[in-house]
Amino acid sequence: MISLTHSPIDYQALTESVRSMQAGAVVLFLGTVREMTQGRRTVALDYEGYPQMAEAKMAELEATARSRWPVVELGIVHRLGRLALGDISVAIAVSCPHRAQAFEAGQFLIDELKVSVPIWKQENWDDGSTQWVHPGA
Amino acid sequence: MLRVKLFAQARQLAGSSEVEIPWTDGECVSKLKSVLTEQHPKLGQLMPRLLVAVNNEYADDERVIDGKDEVACFPPVSGG
Repeated sequence: MISLTHSPIDYQALTESVRSMQAGAVVLFLGTVREMTQGRRTVALDYEGYPQMAEAKMAELEATARSRWPVVELGIVHRLGRLALGDISVAIAVSCPHRAQAFEAGQFLIDELKVSVPIWKQENWDDGSTQWVHPGA
Repeated sequence: MLRVKLFAQARQLAGSSEVEIPWTDGECVSKLKSVLTEQHPKLGQLMPRLLVAVNNEYADDERVIDGKDEVACFPPVSGG
């Protein structure tokens, strides 16, 4: 299951969707909105995406993960729009026969998502200013 | 003319999520960047790091673009 949503992510359903009798391990990763970043306080994050390409890139991530690890089931959901502190921005669930595979595949998926999927976040700092997060820029 | 989708800070600086620029089929991504900067000078500051996607695939400077292609330009991504 690969999707983008503007609603709160049902990570319980996502986790259930990857459970299988072929899997001995299920790993769930949640990306959440953190309050403090290098001494500055976030009030909210705005997420924007290029939907068609983002979904295509997430599908590619799934294909790559499946080629490298014995993935039984996998799900990635990324939320867009305005998120408050603690909200879940992204959920990744993956099941594999063994835990080392599940942990590795899960880490790969979030690490690669963060560098390749066309989604951007904008900080809303507590001083009223906003700032796009553009790594390296 | 070529339609170019813009996202995040590129969209904000150009003032629009889509712009039209003069274009000749067969030119490549490096030309796109210079035309974009001419037409929308505020995008100049993003150019060193600007990413270009053609038909939902990342494209390097040598990629050729024609009028049927879907083109998007945006700064480095920050999802997750």
